[in-house]
Amino acid sequence: MTSIQDDDRDVAAFPGQRPPRASVGSHRIEEEIFGKAYDPKTVRRIWAFVRPYRLRIYLSVAAVLVFTATQLAIPLIIGRAIDSGMTQGGNSTNLLWAVAAFAVAVILNFGASFVQETEVGKVAEHVLFDMRRAMFAQLQRVSLSFMDKTEVGRLMSRLQGDVNSMQEFLETSVISVGDMVLLVGIVVVLLTLDFRLGLLTLSTMPILFVVRIFWLPPAKRAFWAAHETNSITAGAMAEGINGVRTVQNLDRQKVNFDLFDDKAYANLRTQLTGSRYAQVMVPIVDSLTGIAMAIVVVVGGSLVLNGSLEIGVIVAFLFYIQRFFDPIRSLTMQYSIMQRAMTSGRRITEVLDIPTSITDKPDAISLTRDMDGSVEFRNVNFAYDPDRPVLRNVSFKVQPGETVALVGPTGSGKTSAMALVHRFYEVQSGAVLVGGHDVRDVTQESLGEQVAMVLQEAFLFTGSVFDNIRYNKTSATREDVIAAATAVGAHEFISRLPQGYDTILEQRGSNLSVGQRQLLSFARALVADAKILVLDEATANIDSYTERQIQKALLILLKGRTGMVIAHRLATIRGADRIIVLQNGELIETGNHDQLMAQGGLYAKLYNMNYASFDDIPDELVAQVNARAAST
Amino acid sequence: MTPHTAGRDRSRGDAGAHLAAAHAGKGQTALVRIAIFSLRHPWQASAAILATIIASVLQLLIPRLLGHAVDQAQGILAVGAPGAEQALFWSAMTLLTVSVARGVFTLIQNYFSESVGHHVGYELRLAFYDKVQKLSYSYHDKIHTGDLITVGLLDLDGVRMFFATGLIRVVLLSVLIGVGAYMLLTTDLLLGLLALSFVPFVAWRSSVAQLTLRATWIVLQQKLSGLTRVMEENLGGIRVVRAFSGQKFELDKFDAASREALALSHDRVDIRVRNTSAMTLSFFAAMGLVLWFGGLKVIAGEMSVGTLASFLTFMTILQMPVRQLGLMVNSFARASICGDRLFAFFDEPLAIDDAPGATDLVVTEGTLRFEDVHFTYPGATHATLDGVSFEARAGQTIGIVGAPGAGKSTLAHLIPRFYDIDSGRITIDGQDVSKVTLQSLRRAVAVVQQDSFLFTTTIENNIAYGDPWSKETKIEKAAESAQLHNYIMGLPAGYDTVVGERGISLSGGQRQRLSIARSLVLKPAVMVFDDSTAAIDAGTEHRIRSAIRRYAKDRVTLVISHRLSSLLHADTILFLENGKIVEQGTHEALLAKGGRYRALYDLQTRPAEDIDIGSAAQ
Ligand SMILES: Nc1ncnc2c1ncn2[C@@H]1O[C@H](COP(=O)(O)OP(=O)(O)OP(=O)(O)O)[C@@H](O)[C@H]1O
Ligand SMILES: Nc1ncnc2c1ncn2[C@@H]1O[C@H](COP(=O)(O)OP(=O)(O)OP(=O)(O)O)[C@@H](O)[C@H]1O
Ligand SMILES: [Mg+2]
Ligand SMILES: [Mg+2]
Repeated sequence: MTSIQDDDRDVAAFPGQRPPRASVGSHRIEEEIFGKAYDPKTVRRIWAFVRPYRLRIYLSVAAVLVFTATQLAIPLIIGRAIDSGMTQGGNSTNLLWAVAAFAVAVILNFGASFVQETEVGKVAEHVLFDMRRAMFAQLQRVSLSFMDKTEVGRLMSRLQGDVNSMQEFLETSVISVGDMVLLVGIVVVLLTLDFRLGLLTLSTMPILFVVRIFWLPPAKRAFWAAHETNSITAGAMAEGINGVRTVQNLDRQKVNFDLFDDKAYANLRTQLTGSRYAQVMVPIVDSLTGIAMAIVVVVGGSLVLNGSLEIGVIVAFLFYIQRFFDPIRSLTMQYSIMQRAMTSGRRITEVLDIPTSITDKPDAISLTRDMDGSVEFRNVNFAYDPDRPVLRNVSFKVQPGETVALVGPTGSGKTSAMALVHRFYEVQSGAVLVGGHDVRDVTQESLGEQVAMVLQEAFLFTGSVFDNIRYNKTSATREDVIAAATAVGAHEFISRLPQGYDTILEQRGSNLSVGQRQLLSFARALVADAKILVLDEATANIDSYTERQIQKALLILLKGRTGMVIAHRLATIRGADRIIVLQNGELIETGNHDQLMAQGGLYAKLYNMNYASFDDIPDELVAQVNARAAST
Repeated sequence: MTPHTAGRDRSRGDAGAHLAAAHAGKGQTALVRIAIFSLRHPWQASAAILATIIASVLQLLIPRLLGHAVDQAQGILAVGAPGAEQALFWSAMTLLTVSVARGVFTLIQNYFSESVGHHVGYELRLAFYDKVQKLSYSYHDKIHTGDLITVGLLDLDGVRMFFATGLIRVVLLSVLIGVGAYMLLTTDLLLGLLALSFVPFVAWRSSVAQLTLRATWIVLQQKLSGLTRVMEENLGGIRVVRAFSGQKFELDKFDAASREALALSHDRVDIRVRNTSAMTLSFFAAMGLVLWFGGLKVIAGEMSVGTLASFLTFMTILQMPVRQLGLMVNSFARASICGDRLFAFFDEPLAIDDAPGATDLVVTEGTLRFEDVHFTYPGATHATLDGVSFEARAGQTIGIVGAPGAGKSTLAHLIPRFYDIDSGRITIDGQDVSKVTLQSLRRAVAVVQQDSFLFTTTIENNIAYGDPWSKETKIEKAAESAQLHNYIMGLPAGYDTVVGERGISLSGGQRQRLSIARSLVLKPAVMVFDDSTAAIDAGTEHRIRSAIRRYAKDRVTLVISHRLSSLLHADTILFLENGKIVEQGTHEALLAKGGRYRALYDLQTRPAEDIDIGSAAQ
């Protein structure tokens, strides 16, 4: 026996190497994460979200100004207190006034910071939720062709990460208004206290700007790399979680771990580099503070010696210099928050601007229950990608109340055709008519109410069985739900679940068997109570016996409704009034079972294969079967 | 494509050691465990702590020096002493040196504390990833992927940053306040006490705030993860949403979840602001007291102006850390919640792991045996498999049929030990699957899963997923056998076409064939096809089947199918019902028996007649 021995899954043959055909995560590099710090177009769009709260924003800006003023005033008051008679045997009334002024300043400071922080904090939360809702609502409208191409994870990072960095930005931007004012205020105060000394102190500033010119470009690059590797690592981790069953099944853990380690390690390196760049500014700013203070002591001291300066001024100067560099430091920090916010803002507006290529016409009509329920394809051409046609000149009509089956080899375009009935995509040419109306002329909502689908891939939501079957048909009663479940033969197994219809399904219904999931998604379509029912391989994962029961139930349920059934198992479609055969996107045969069998075309061939009684089974197998039959 | 090398000289990230470290301190509170984990970098951590101490002492020196300079100037003014300028110059120089030194030490403090954080983050990520891959199906069944991602990203971040934003701040604040207190109290006891009067208040406030913040945060996180779930499932199930015109319904769900989270976020803002404002106010009150009493003392001649100035400067220096106290409280609250969840994840026992002393599976004959296997899912009320026994030898094909929920997939999942059985035995060549190493077992068994998950990467990489070293020819051969090669070659980018999440740009049958090809690349001793041709037409299926007959020669093949024509050639067919094998035999034997199998067969072959399987089963 060979199986394991000739297993060439052998890492040892490639020591220290990563396998050639392996990757984890699927990260596309986002260029320009740290782009411009100010982009008027984006700012205008963001402002639209802030506008409803503008009064509260104005209020908090006012509060910030008051706050800043008191921040400025407090050292001034202290300096004053020291100057005016705080000498041995001085006057305590002056001191009393000074302390009173201090108390007023402190209370104002308290009130202002309270108002500002509360208001800004809450407005930022509101804006965050509003933005997220706007994006979410937009994603409900964008066409499926966009959604097909976009990973859920990417959209989630916009709905979460990007709105969070906008929130951070809003919170800090009001504070940076205060910082800016504080900076200007301090400059003014310094210059009025003593012009010469003030000018001299401020002369240290240009050094900072020169340093920044050299620092900024590499620092930006380092921050960009850190951000980038971080989201790469996050993406790889998410993939590892989502695909964990397959990973274990195919024994990929070791390979994936190594690949993940590479990414996480790269992230570690870039984060450390980023830290170095961010921190190197600290001693520079501190040295400048030191220089400024030294200047004040030396020059100010000699001015005091000359008698042209009071000591209180020096004290005040020293205070302000320490305060002076705080806003500079936080503005530096805010700069990178602002850059990030601009990028996030752009990505948010990108989502908001996805063209909703499929929209209702202004004069779109609403399909009602009393439409006849016919479905017609008129010379339909369709493709996902213009170069590769999926449906070619397909025409057929399903009469009201008729049940039509769609068959054909895999990839022939059956699912795509049904998607067009629901107008998930636009046809390239030709038209799809439902109830006699072009689907482009009716509202999408009413179309959805009249066309119920069982999709090829069953999708269930986290939540109870009941909620899953009922979905958005909130008018359906418990009896309706049970009736639908009974019709598809699901009632029995649901009753055996620990809490029956109230049992909570885990993500995507992972605590059910695949066939059971399919039955629930079938029941959901029945509860929707639509005029047209589309079943895309609705019983592919279900045994023939259960299927037969469903068919019997459907006979009654579907009276007067139109049915379109896709199936590979031809027994599934025996009840159909008519059969349409698709191959490579072309309609090649149509007719009822007997007609098609008589034609001896593709249908007849497929049919015979399925029943393998089985003329085209290879001889060796027939011989095998016979031999075995003989031996028993 | 050339294999890329690791390309650097370092020992590979050792997940085992990190995981062990994450386990250490089990039973302790989350904060203690984070501290233990962070101290695995003793050099960097000590450098950070030392630098913090030095930087804060220097920080405290500055007001001293300033006070000194002011006194000096005042003294000079009073006496007009010669050499005054020189004295001033020296004070200035000292001031400058101290400032620069403070900057440098702050740099060291910040850099090393962040570095500890990044290293801890890296190690925790590896440990997390490793653990995710090791936890069994039963764990992943009950955890929403979105929640797990939150633990791995956000909670891990909260833990990682605790050293820098929590622990180091504690050191910083204790040194500032401790040394400062000493200096102040020795300078002037009464004034010193006044200057520090805000400390007890702040300490009390922050512990109260930490508790309330924590409580709000826990609820908020739950609401947020509910919201995330709504968004994620909406996007993942977008076709269902569209098919049922559920957009309004979904927006309502979103709004409901969102509104609750928003209200809680507002509560959180309130708590935070109330806390920081109260702390700042108490601080300023202390400062006012110092000003008042200090001023009186100066007037009374008991204190120099310089001393008072240095008192006040000291307090301004404290203003920033006091504001930071709010952040520190936040950091503690966050780290304790995040840590609770992260460590709860790490503490999760591995339900499926190598048994002690497990040896590699040695496949000789390739015989698979089920011996009276019983299995029940946790929380289920009924047994899923109820005494299943059968044997399959290499070269044999076993067909399995049964209604939805009969236990077919479960049976398949027990062979590679995705779940552990309750009683009975499953063996391959006499070796109990629960006693051999998982790796060797899973390499010997390949299951083509019923719901195929494809990775967002090229078709080629997807096919080679289980064996990323395999050669191009092998990949193409697998694709050919799965009847997918021609389709792939018709794509503009061929094998380099990137397929989307869950393979959304492929048709149902194409997806299934891709996952068949993925297993054909491997050479397992046992191969299971779990309903993996349900979405494939009979013609294509027939071709696939003839192609893989070649692969099936020296291995056991299990075929689960609802299409009986797929099982015709099976050596034995098992009919499962409610977890029991109710019929067993070859196609012919079962037909002859006239039981349930026969009834199913008749349903599929003689559609016109009405056949009742219930009565057929007598
Ligand atoms: N969202 C999509 N984007 C791009 N191409 C797609 C998309 N969905 C399907 N295709 C391609 O369109 C063709 C028709 O696919 P469709 O799903 O309609 O086939 P089908 O007849 O339903 O096949 P099956 O029986 O396998 O489900 C296939 O070649 C498929 O790869
Ligand atoms: N992860 C799980 N947790 C709890 N119960 C489960 C889980 N997976 C399946 N079940 C239950 O166990 C039973 C057997 O499921 P299984 O998936 O083995 O059925 P199956 O025979 O493969 O059905 P199908 O033909 O629908 O694929 C079902 O009743 C199902 O609800
Ligand atoms: Mg399809
Ligand atoms: Mg199954």
